[in-house]
Amino acid sequence: MSMVLPPFSLKNGRGENISFPSTKATLTCVVKEDCPTCREVMPLLVAFGHAFGADLDLHILSQTEAGIGVLEDAYSPPFSMLDDASLKVSFASDIDTVPTLFYSDVQGRPLTTLVGFVRDEWQQLAAELADKTGQTAAIDWEVLPQWRPGCGSLSVDPAIADRLRAQSQNSPLRARRIEIGSQDDEFEFMFDQGFSDGLPLVPPTPERVLRMLAGSSRDPQEVLALMPPNMGEVTVEKVAINAVMAGCKPEYMPVINTIVQAICTDAYNIHGVMATTMGASPVVVVNGPIREQIGMNMKLGALGQGNRANATIGRAVRLLIRNVGGAQPGGTERSTLGNPMKFTMCFAEWEERNPWSPLHVDRGFAAEDSVVSVFTMTSGPSLIVDQDSRTGSGLAGTMGLCLESAFNPKAHYATDCLLVVVPEHVDTFVRDNYSKSDIRRRIQEVTARPIKALVADEISGTGIKASVAAAMSAEALEKRLPKFRSDDDIHIVVAGADAGKFSGAFHGWATGEIGSMPVSRKIEEL
Amino acid sequence: MTILLDPTNERIPVARSIAPRPAAITGSVGFLDISKPRGNVLINRLETLLAQRLPQVTFNRYAKPTFTKPAPDALRRQINAENDFVIEALAD
Repeated sequence: MSMVLPPFSLKNGRGENISFPSTKATLTCVVKEDCPTCREVMPLLVAFGHAFGADLDLHILSQTEAGIGVLEDAYSPPFSMLDDASLKVSFASDIDTVPTLFYSDVQGRPLTTLVGFVRDEWQQLAAELADKTGQTAAIDWEVLPQWRPGCGSLSVDPAIADRLRAQSQNSPLRARRIEIGSQDDEFEFMFDQGFSDGLPLVPPTPERVLRMLAGSSRDPQEVLALMPPNMGEVTVEKVAINAVMAGCKPEYMPVINTIVQAICTDAYNIHGVMATTMGASPVVVVNGPIREQIGMNMKLGALGQGNRANATIGRAVRLLIRNVGGAQPGGTERSTLGNPMKFTMCFAEWEERNPWSPLHVDRGFAAEDSVVSVFTMTSGPSLIVDQDSRTGSGLAGTMGLCLESAFNPKAHYATDCLLVVVPEHVDTFVRDNYSKSDIRRRIQEVTARPIKALVADEISGTGIKASVAAAMSAEALEKRLPKFRSDDDIHIVVAGADAGKFSGAFHGWATGEIGSMPVSRKIEEL
Repeated sequence: MTILLDPTNERIPVARSIAPRPAAITGSVGFLDISKPRGNVLINRLETLLAQRLPQVTFNRYAKPTFTKPAPDALRRQINAENDFVIEALAD
C-alpha cells in the first residue's frame, strides 16, 4: 500500500470549497469522531493550528458529516473542518486507519505520513515545523501516551469498500461482491444462500452481469420500483443479476424491467399475491414487436417448457420477488399448496393468428407498441377440451361450463380468468362470426345460475349461507348470477399450435381493488 | 476464486425488540379485523370472553379495508394512539 494524498476540493462547515494543494505547505489529517485516537490527537492539531496556521494550511477531514459539528464543538479548532463523508479522498488516498496525517509540500508532494498516534513521530514533526516557522506549538508531550493505535477508516469498511472501489473505477456495478473460495462449489453456495427457486442458477459474476446490463438503456443504478414485502429497491443492476441467474439473454432486460414496474403497483398488489394462502402467481402476457425480436414462443407449447425467453423472463421476475422483494415460501409467502406457475409463467400472444384485436390493443395501446400485461392467477392452464362443437355458441358454451369450476362452482362474482384460445378454436369462432364480446356474453349466459342454486347445501357446504338465503325473498332467490361480476373479468388471448382443439383457462384470485387488478405497461426502452 | 454479485436487497434484518410484558391489562384493547370472512365471529367471541375477565378495560374495534394489503398508515397510527394493546384477528 502506498498512501498518497490526491488533489481534492471539499466543503468546510460553512459550505466553502477548500482545495488541496494550495499556495502553502499543508497538514491534512483524516479523522472520525467516534475514534478515541482521533480525539487524542485533536488537541494537538488545534495547537498546530494556533502555532503554524500562518505558514501552513491545516485540513482536518471528517469521515462523517455529523463529525464536523461534534469535533468543532468539542475542540474549537482555529480552522474549519472539511467534509469527506463521501469518503472519496479517504478512499483515493488508500488509508486504512484514522487518524492518518499527511504533511505535504506546496506542490502537494508527500513529505511525512503518520498513521495512528506514535508520540515520538508527532513530536518530531512538531519540531520540524517549529524549525521552519519559528513558532512552537504549546503541547505538553510528557502527559501524552507513547502510542495509540488508530481505528479502521470507514473507507475500508467491508460494507462500503466495494461501492467506493466501483465508483473509483467508473464501474456501473454497485452490488455487494461475494467471494467464493476456489475449493467451494458456487452452485451449492447459491443454494445454501437461499438465492434459488429450487433449480440451479447461473452464477452472477461481474462479467456476466455487465453483459446483461448491456441489454438495457437504463442507468444501472436507476431504481425501477420498491418491491414488497420488504420494499427492496429494485435497481436495473439487481434485475440484471437475477436475470443472469435465471438464464436470460441481455435482450430480455427491457421486458423484465417493465414487468417489475407493472407488478410493483398498488393496483397489481404483488404483496398480497405472494402472501396469500391461495397460491396465486403472476402470469405475464407479452404483446407487440418485441415478441419476435427476442424469440418468444406463442405457438406450439406456448404455455409449456422449451423456449428460453418464455421460461427465463418469468423465472427472473420470480427470483427478483424472492431475492429483492424478500417473499419466500414459509416466510411471507404462505401458499398452502404452491403452484408450478411460481417457477415461471410468461408467454406471448399469437397476434397474427388472432382475428380480433390483440390483448394490448384491447387494453388501450397501439398495435405497434410492445407491452407486458400481468395477471394474477391461482390455477392453470386448466384445459378446455372440445373437439366437437362446430358453432361459436357451442364452443363458448363449453368454455363457460369449464370456467364454472374456478374457485368452486358456487363461487360467482368471485374472480376473473384468462382464456387462452387455440387456433383451431379460433377458426370455429371465425366461421360463426363470433367476436370476443360474443364469447364473453355466452360464457356469462351459460354460467348464470339462480341464487338459490348457489346456496350451501348437503352436496357442498360452500356457497351462500343458508341463513342468508332464508332472509331473501323468493323473487330474489330466482335472480340469476353469471360466473363473473363483469364481462371485463374474462380476458382473452390467442396462443398455441395450429393443431389441437384444446384451449386453456387460468383462474384468477381476489379480483378488483380488494385484491389484484391486471396491469399492462408499455416497454419504453426500445 | 469466483466473485458473485449479491442478488438480494442487501438489507441486514433489523432485530425487533418486544415491548416489555405488563403486569396487568389496563386501559384500552384494540381489536383489528383484517376483513377476512368470519374474523368478526372470532373477535366477537374474544371480546365477550375478555370483557368478563377484564371489566376495567375498554375495547375498540377496527378493520382493514382489505385483507390482501397491509393496514394503511393512518389506521396504524389511530390504533397506536387509542390503545394500550392490540389483538389482530385472522380468520377463514
